[in-house]
Amino acid sequence: MSTVPAIEIRNVTKIFGDEPEAALSLLKEGRSKSDVQAETGQVIGVDDVSLSVERGQIHVVMGLSGSGKSTLIRHVNRLIDPTSGEIFVNGIDVLTMNIEELRHFRRTQIAMVFQKFGLLPHRSVIDNVAFGLEVRGEDKAKRLEIAAEWIETVGLAGYEKSQPHHLSGGQQQRVGLARALAMDTDILLMDEAFSALDPLIRSGMQDELMELQQKLNKTILFITHDFDEALKIGDRIAVLKDGALIQEGPPEEIVLKPANAHIEEFVADVNKARAISVKSIMSRDENMEKCEIAVAEAARCEDVLPLFAEYDWVGVTNDVGKQTGYVTAKAVIKALARHQPTIETTQV
Amino acid sequence: MFPEIIDTRPLRRWVDDGLEWVVRAWGDEFEAAAQPLLFLLNSIQRFLLWLPWWLIIIVLVGLAYAATRRAVLPIVVLIAMIFLGLMELWEDSVKTMALMIAATLTAIVFSLPVGIVMARSAIVRRIVTPILDLMQTLPSFVYLIPVVMIFGPGKIPALIATIVYAAPPLVRLTDLGLRLVDPDVLEATQAFGATPRQRLFGVQIPLALPTILAGVNQTTMMALAMVVIASMIGAGGLGYQVLQGIGRLEVSRGLFAGLGIVALAIIFDRVTQAFGKQLQERIGLSEVGK
Repeated sequence: MSTVPAIEIRNVTKIFGDEPEAALSLLKEGRSKSDVQAETGQVIGVDDVSLSVERGQIHVVMGLSGSGKSTLIRHVNRLIDPTSGEIFVNGIDVLTMNIEELRHFRRTQIAMVFQKFGLLPHRSVIDNVAFGLEVRGEDKAKRLEIAAEWIETVGLAGYEKSQPHHLSGGQQQRVGLARALAMDTDILLMDEAFSALDPLIRSGMQDELMELQQKLNKTILFITHDFDEALKIGDRIAVLKDGALIQEGPPEEIVLKPANAHIEEFVADVNKARAISVKSIMSRDENMEKCEIAVAEAARCEDVLPLFAEYDWVGVTNDVGKQTGYVTAKAVIKALARHQPTIETTQV
Repeated sequence: MFPEIIDTRPLRRWVDDGLEWVVRAWGDEFEAAAQPLLFLLNSIQRFLLWLPWWLIIIVLVGLAYAATRRAVLPIVVLIAMIFLGLMELWEDSVKTMALMIAATLTAIVFSLPVGIVMARSAIVRRIVTPILDLMQTLPSFVYLIPVVMIFGPGKIPALIATIVYAAPPLVRLTDLGLRLVDPDVLEATQAFGATPRQRLFGVQIPLALPTILAGVNQTTMMALAMVVIASMIGAGGLGYQVLQGIGRLEVSRGLFAGLGIVALAIIFDRVTQAFGKQLQERIGLSEVGK
């Protein structure tokens, strides 16, 4: 099982319109997307996307509005059926499921958090959190017990009996998150889950999600239009544009080697110190004497920057605490400066 | 004048004969089929007449208070009921109330399923909508004549005419309410693997309930609007008093009975509306629903 990716999307194409087949065959002939759209009047939502999500990772799909990212994520639990392509979840072909199997799959294997929360306005917080369990057929005492636990975990203890519309946006999304987590599925789909929230609340929710992920180790497919958010929480990032996958890789790869001008535009505004890990720029030297201060290999440039106010070197230690190398302020500055827009410099 | 191109007499005769044939061949079956309706109406009427007058007043005033939690509506209801009693209109009011309640209950039983099917299928909606339009615009006498021919004058044709006239808004508002349910909420329930049944009863109907209740409100109002016509074919009640007032040129009788109908309308309109508003606030749709 360990070699099977949690989610595997193979060559998925989604065409909206009444004659998707015509547009599909034109696309397969290698015609450009805009050509096909103009000729057939069909709208191409997702264009031949393949994506593989490894177990226990947060995989971010990032793109501007209209890039097809929300359409793509809905293929994974078949809220949308593809025009062509294959989707495997835990190695099982989702597209061959009949309605009954699909319902069972949705109840047991996969949970989802929505941008607009999708809470049931006529139910209290605890009944909302228990909704998925109720649908699954858990008995009342058990589902309320589980729901109460998750409400506590997401920090809403005391709000069990409140109605959703009495809560703030951030609190409502906590309810949405608790509802998904209560299903205890390995896979979580998050569709712009934090995009409707204020920046400060959003940042807090991101931190909490990462903290939760430390404990739960779920497979999370996370959709966002916010590159900073993608860099902060993503183990890997896939960038979509106009329905097509442009680049896929770990955050620093996207930042350091943007595949095209479109991605470079994103990168230009981004806090690179957050994206680049110490590991990728450190000098390896296991025999060096111990530095006065050290950080983990997973640390980002952001984390070591303040240390340079005091120290010239900062050691880097691996998982077991052994020092494997060091970084200097110069190395960090070099990495951060590499892709800045060129400014005219004069040498005296 | 439009020239006479075809002779319409055979067509008319064919319709008339056809109806007569239906009455002769199927009259008993129709009457038997309508017995439950009559039973419902008579039971409600007997029950309401059996209740002491003060209990009815207490219940209605209590409902008004429960719906608004304020003193204004209960006082209005109390005054209206005392007016009906003082004007010697009590028994007629109760009969009219019974007709209205029976028509509304029957309309609910028929309208909700139709509204639900309409909300799910555009084809059904396209078929049912013109029928509803017809039910509301066709002068009620047009269908009263065949109904009276089949059932004979009495309470059944009165009840059927009232239902035909009063049901359409409930069907429409059930359909509308179900379709207005937030698609994001429906998508979420789908993503959690809810069956269509769980979705309908657990999410769609509860969320459409304020709109459906507005339909019930409309239905009660339209049922009351039919009482005078219904009394012409033997429904009795306040409408009959109005009719007699017209016949005997007794303005006072017609006026007071008419005011009685208005009083009943105010009571039921305000109480059902207040309940709808309360429900809407509980769901938190008050901002959206207005």
